[in-house]
Amino acid sequence: MSLDLKNVTKRVGADTHIHETSLRFEDGSFNILLGTTLSGKTSLMQLMAGLDRPSSGEVWFADRNVTGIPVQKRNVSMVYQQFINYPNFSVYENIASPLRVAGMAQAEIDKRVQQAADLLRLGPMLKRRPSELSGGQQQRTAIARALVKDSDMILLDEPLANLDYKLREELRDELPKLFAGRNCIVVYATTEPTEALLFGGNTVLLHEGRVTQFGPTSAIYRRPADLTSAQVFSDPPINTAKVMKKGDQITLENKVTWRAPKAARVPDGAYTIAIRPHHITPMQQGREASTIEGRVLVTELSGSESVVHFDMNGQTWVSQSHGIHPFEVGVTAKLFVDVDQGFFFDGENRLIGAAA
Amino acid sequence: MKRVPWLVPTLYILFLLLPIYWLINMSFKTTNEILGSFTLWPRNFTLDNYVKIFTDPTWYNGYINSITYVLINMVLSIVVALPAAYAFSRYRFLGDKHLFFWLLTNRMAPAAVFALPFLQLYSAVGLFDTPIAVALAHTLFNIPLAVWILEGFMSGVPKELDETAYVDGYSFWGFFFKIFVPTIAAGIGVAAFFCFMFSWVELLLAKTLTSVAAKPIAATMTRTASTSGYELGLLAAAGTLTIVPGAIVIYFVRNYIAKGFALGRV
Repeated sequence: MSLDLKNVTKRVGADTHIHETSLRFEDGSFNILLGTTLSGKTSLMQLMAGLDRPSSGEVWFADRNVTGIPVQKRNVSMVYQQFINYPNFSVYENIASPLRVAGMAQAEIDKRVQQAADLLRLGPMLKRRPSELSGGQQQRTAIARALVKDSDMILLDEPLANLDYKLREELRDELPKLFAGRNCIVVYATTEPTEALLFGGNTVLLHEGRVTQFGPTSAIYRRPADLTSAQVFSDPPINTAKVMKKGDQITLENKVTWRAPKAARVPDGAYTIAIRPHHITPMQQGREASTIEGRVLVTELSGSESVVHFDMNGQTWVSQSHGIHPFEVGVTAKLFVDVDQGFFFDGENRLIGAAA
Repeated sequence: MKRVPWLVPTLYILFLLLPIYWLINMSFKTTNEILGSFTLWPRNFTLDNYVKIFTDPTWYNGYINSITYVLINMVLSIVVALPAAYAFSRYRFLGDKHLFFWLLTNRMAPAAVFALPFLQLYSAVGLFDTPIAVALAHTLFNIPLAVWILEGFMSGVPKELDETAYVDGYSFWGFFFKIFVPTIAAGIGVAAFFCFMFSWVELLLAKTLTSVAAKPIAATMTRTASTSGYELGLLAAAGTLTIVPGAIVIYFVRNYIAKGFALGRV
């Protein structure tokens, strides 16, 4: 059973929340919606679930047009960023809730709730109220409720965003195992590119209500279709600059020249080059590395990693590298750029050349 | 000088409790003792005043009447305000903000303004001197208040809770009664309390819209004072009994009152 969005749009008053979008999610696939806050992830999920009707277009599920069918008749589950549980129900009743509504026999409910609770390590908590649980346990309860009925589609809207660091990592490791072997479509919304890379699967890049790219996660990370996609799928933000390419040299606006990348076959002309922060480092990586100089604005040291923000010809560029490189604010830093890893985008911001 | 942090609060509380103490004190005295001498506690302790209230129908009917219209009013106000507050809290519609504010402006007019139209209207439709008349009149003030309080409590519940219930398969009404109402039970309690408070102490409309059959206790008290001389002990006992229901209701919602005064927005 697959989910098909066919030219769906969502308008609210004069605002367009979702521009015309067509997507197809296959049965058993793990799909990530990646985009910043207000990029339309939640709106798109509501259309998929049937919590909201598209302004135009159709939603198909397993060769059936379900556009006008309410969520109650769709067999989907949903987990939200806030820990949403019924406060007046025990954890057991919270997990059992979809089964109760479906009118399942008590013995079967018992069995399934126990299974789901064991899977999410909620066994000893079943008699408690959600308010008596930690944040992580509350979110586990919500996930257990989503898993307990055999839904055709599970939607997770930034489920880890409100958890603290340790719990987030823990649950992030568990999530793929929970969905493995289930015949359902998983849709996972997140603002963090790292999460998308960790989960793999397919990724939908969203920007201002538009799908900019959809495909296998690693493939679209390596070949962003356009500049926006590259920007959405990069954290810290990707560095961009206008360049002129001529022969085996590229010239930046501030007259700095780099050698042209070898692999990418890019004809001469004007481009926007985009380089991920971890390809700009304080240490020379290759023999023919190009260099760049800029005034250091901020240096963030996080134990094993240094993130240096520096001024490059009026723009803020970011370098991300292993090890501790304590650049002082205000000094002019010399950094090495791995031009071979850069992306070239043309005047309409479409990808022309990328690292092989 | 040694600091005595408890002194000022204690004096203040004594000051607040003094009239209540004096009322209770008087209720156990005979009228002669009250008028004849100044005594800090009853010299001739008597329960006669209370016995009279609980045995004389002209007295206890006053309580029954008051409680009847207060209860009718509470139920009406909450039943009407629940869906209204839900709409204000969950949906955006044309003029919603203006309508919401307009509701509150209803409370800004003095009750006296409405006394005459209500009297004329209820007489015409045969509701005059019934508990329903008073209950309906009080909804004019209580429904807006209840809508405001409930809207505050409802807006504190994320709309994702609604959606989760729909995803689980609940119909709207199933969700509303099985999940939403229990979730905002405290808010309903507070709203009911404020309706009770207003309706229980409101005198002008209650007095205007009733004559004999549905006379509220507050009206009974004032009329007795004017007809059968000074029965101060009896009045004090009636006054004491009037405080009791309020005190009981406050006890149940004591933890949520502050939020109620902020109309649920804390």
